[in-house]
Amino acid sequence: MQASVSIKDLSLNFGHVKVLEHLDLDIAQGEFIVLLGPSGCGKSTLLNCIAGLLDVSDGQIFINGKNVTWEEPKDRGIGMVFQSYALYPQMSVERNLSFGLRVSGMPKAEIDQRVKRAAEILQIEPLLQRKPANLSGGQRQRVAIGRALVRDVDVFLFDEPLSNLDAKLRSDLRVEIKRLHQRLKNTMIYVTHDQIEALTLADRIAIMKNGVIQQLADPHTIYNKPVNLYVAGFIGSPSMNFVEGTLNGDTFTSNDGTAMPVGAYEYIAAPTGETKVVLGIRPEHIFVGDAAADMPFKTEVEIEIVEPMGSETLAWTKIAGLPMTFRCSADIDINAGDKITVGFDIARGSLFDAGTEARL
Amino acid sequence: MSQTATMSGSAPTTTPTAGTEPRGPRPKPFFTPKKIMLYATLVFFSLYFLFPLYVMVVTSFKTMPEIRFGNIFALPNQITLDAWFKAWTSACTGLTCEGLSPGFWNSVKITIPSTVVSIFIAAVNGYALVNWRFKGSEIFFSILIFGSFIPYQVFLYPLVMITRELGIFGSLQAVIIVHTIFGMPILTLLFRNYFASLPVELFKAARVDGAGFWRIFFEIMLPMSLPIFVVALILQVTGIWNDFLFGVVFAGTQNLPMTVQLNNIVNSAQGSPEYNVNMAATVLTGLVPLIIYFVSGKLFVRGVAAGAVKG
Amino acid sequence: MADTAVHTREGAEQAARPSLLNRIFLHNLSGKIAAIPMMATVLIVFIGCTVWTIYFSFTNSRLLPTGKFVGFDQYERLFATSRWNVSVTNLVTYGVFSLVFTLGIGFLLAVLMDQKIRFESAFRTIMLYPFALSFIVTGLVWQWIMNPTLGLQGTMRNLGWESFTFDWIANPRMVLFALLIAGLWQGVGFCMVLMLAGLRGVDEEIWKAARVDGIPTWRTYVSVVLPMMRGVLVTAVVLIGSGIVRLYDLVVALTNGGPGISSEVPAKYVYNYMFGGGNIGQGLAAATMMLVTVLIIMVPWAYLEFGGRGRR
Repeated sequence: MQASVSIKDLSLNFGHVKVLEHLDLDIAQGEFIVLLGPSGCGKSTLLNCIAGLLDVSDGQIFINGKNVTWEEPKDRGIGMVFQSYALYPQMSVERNLSFGLRVSGMPKAEIDQRVKRAAEILQIEPLLQRKPANLSGGQRQRVAIGRALVRDVDVFLFDEPLSNLDAKLRSDLRVEIKRLHQRLKNTMIYVTHDQIEALTLADRIAIMKNGVIQQLADPHTIYNKPVNLYVAGFIGSPSMNFVEGTLNGDTFTSNDGTAMPVGAYEYIAAPTGETKVVLGIRPEHIFVGDAAADMPFKTEVEIEIVEPMGSETLAWTKIAGLPMTFRCSADIDINAGDKITVGFDIARGSLFDAGTEARL
Repeated sequence: MSQTATMSGSAPTTTPTAGTEPRGPRPKPFFTPKKIMLYATLVFFSLYFLFPLYVMVVTSFKTMPEIRFGNIFALPNQITLDAWFKAWTSACTGLTCEGLSPGFWNSVKITIPSTVVSIFIAAVNGYALVNWRFKGSEIFFSILIFGSFIPYQVFLYPLVMITRELGIFGSLQAVIIVHTIFGMPILTLLFRNYFASLPVELFKAARVDGAGFWRIFFEIMLPMSLPIFVVALILQVTGIWNDFLFGVVFAGTQNLPMTVQLNNIVNSAQGSPEYNVNMAATVLTGLVPLIIYFVSGKLFVRGVAAGAVKG
Repeated sequence: MADTAVHTREGAEQAARPSLLNRIFLHNLSGKIAAIPMMATVLIVFIGCTVWTIYFSFTNSRLLPTGKFVGFDQYERLFATSRWNVSVTNLVTYGVFSLVFTLGIGFLLAVLMDQKIRFESAFRTIMLYPFALSFIVTGLVWQWIMNPTLGLQGTMRNLGWESFTFDWIANPRMVLFALLIAGLWQGVGFCMVLMLAGLRGVDEEIWKAARVDGIPTWRTYVSVVLPMMRGVLVTAVVLIGSGIVRLYDLVVALTNGGPGISSEVPAKYVYNYMFGGGNIGQGLAAATMMLVTVLIIMVPWAYLEFGGRGRR
């Protein structure tokens, strides 16, 4: 099986500013890839390069095994959905969907059939005669997806498609996009800065920073085994707790002298001797009560702030002299000022080299 | 950190083999028929726009014998400033032969107060329309905008009567008032739109702090409105300087502005026309707005487009 | 119309139930004082003067506006005067050509300027500078260029092109096109700037979507972008149109109505009768006809723009 989209040694400069640097990426047939990162990380630029809307400075792009580096967007076999929907405002929904096909001179019967199918899949049949101005944000985004759908292509590109919607609609449409992917089984490349969208939708996530892909992996790996400090800090909300310290054999010693056993931590490459490291622990991996008792490391802490979130409770405290957050069940009754025992297992956390910031 | 980027997906890939495959940017030849057409058209129109300026300037440096030889394209054989001196000091504008200089100073005397008064009134007005609305203020504003499209000829005679009754017909005050009246619609629109774009919380905060109408205007709104004042200034100075109709009707023979004097030099001249003097006078009259235009650059564009696009 | 102003201190200090008089005059007093120039302009000039002009156009006033009421006499005489009829025909002809060419060339130039060209600001500077000039300056320069003996025509003939003819300014049938050349020279740049602002206001993602859809550039301009620019187009038409109706300075400077009366325009007719001919009633009737023309154009537009849905 060949890759659906394949990017080789791609670079893009705007003048002296390097936006993308020697980037490689292979995307399998039918895969849902999310490009995730903060604004300015190059994720949208990369998508525009794949679409052919931006000229690359160096490197190649293959779609379905065909070198499309110099092809026009319409000849690449892609459909694209934009953040601002980019519907043609003076045309009805039906004409929006069919405009590209009509311009390309496709027979009318075929156009009608494709529009009908797209409208049915997206459940926008009642809206076909309306103008975009008379549609809600969610409806507009469906039409925009429909415009990609009628092109009958293998690769769908999404450029922050849900960012202009409110929170409720966003989660509804998110599910819908996932359903669409399950039904169509197209390759989808999806750009977002929203980690929830990335974690929920993706087969694999590519986390980008400064034009470089930091980690490309499935959501579970990205979340639990972040490849470096940047990825670890970027993914997760509330974010991971970090403790600086030294690693010597099986013991991690924080900078204030608290020693913790490393236990069954799975090293990529175990360091030898004394190493400066950063320990990362996710808030939900810090346990309280009975669960804490089983943990390799436990300590008594004072609760500073409690944030009840409904389904769970977030608590702020200090461990090893550093501020820490942990999550616990909403059923546990804790209050600011309480002194309780918490514990965690470093094996469930992450260790990073303090110098290279890479995972150990 | 690039080693992480090369972590390839689960799908094995077919590696492209040919070395001549497309790679890097699309080849873009500098000369394509499309590009040549594009620049040719732009250059053609540029010549149309530049030609009169060139002719005007070149002619003004020539002597009359050279002009009679009859090549308006040619550069002057010998640059002479005689025509310029004559246009400035001694060309005949109808009855008197003092050149354009009195007209220049009249235009200055008209433009400066008219600009200041019209902008100040329009700024206060725009501010009141945004932050101190009262019953009917929007109706007045709508009529004001609508009225700006009515031809001036409709108001001309009644305004002559009014200014005559006030005893200021044929004086600087009359022209200043007329310019203030007819500058009001566009300037008010400009300031109204600008003040409306400022955060209203600023105004509310100042109200809570106990500031009144004028204090808020002078201490909060004015310091924030410098760009729009510059735009209004450009708009008014060029507009008033270029005015012909109001000058000829209201200013009186003692205060005729430069445009009127220029037209008199060229179109009511006795004897054989001196084209070099005419063109020197024309350049002189166009100089003030041209300097403003070239110095202000983008702001001028904003000025002419400001009221229009948003209106 | 809701009174949305924050209550003023003056208002707050009133008794619990302020009298009607107080509500009209004292509430938001500063705002009202500040608006006095606007209210005076609207009431005295835009409404008062218009009514006055219309009223006295029905009198036989000559040197002073004191004449007797004579019904439509002035209008009958107006439309029996060939000079007026020529003026109106001229204005319509000039107006149609001016509108079509200004919009057409303006849009074309805006599209060309939108192609990521080099020296864009230089081109824009060149195209817009005539707009900064007075109509008098424009008229006089073109008068000189079109001078049949020493201008462009004379030069070309001297250079050996004996049959070259560019005497529009002295040719009664072509003089309107002489006006048009000068008028376009001054106004096209402005139209281009307006249109370019409109083009640049189009969401960039619309362009991307059209490229992905495979719509050719020219087709995108015609089918997608131009319809999106309705607002700018309407603005341009209104501005160009109101400029055409006012056409006066340019005629005075370029042709002074000649040759003969072949380039007379209504605005000039009004001026000449009011201040030159000593026939105020006739001038006012002509001015009223100009007003009626503008209303015929403006009222449907204003209705379409602001009617129905209410203002904004």
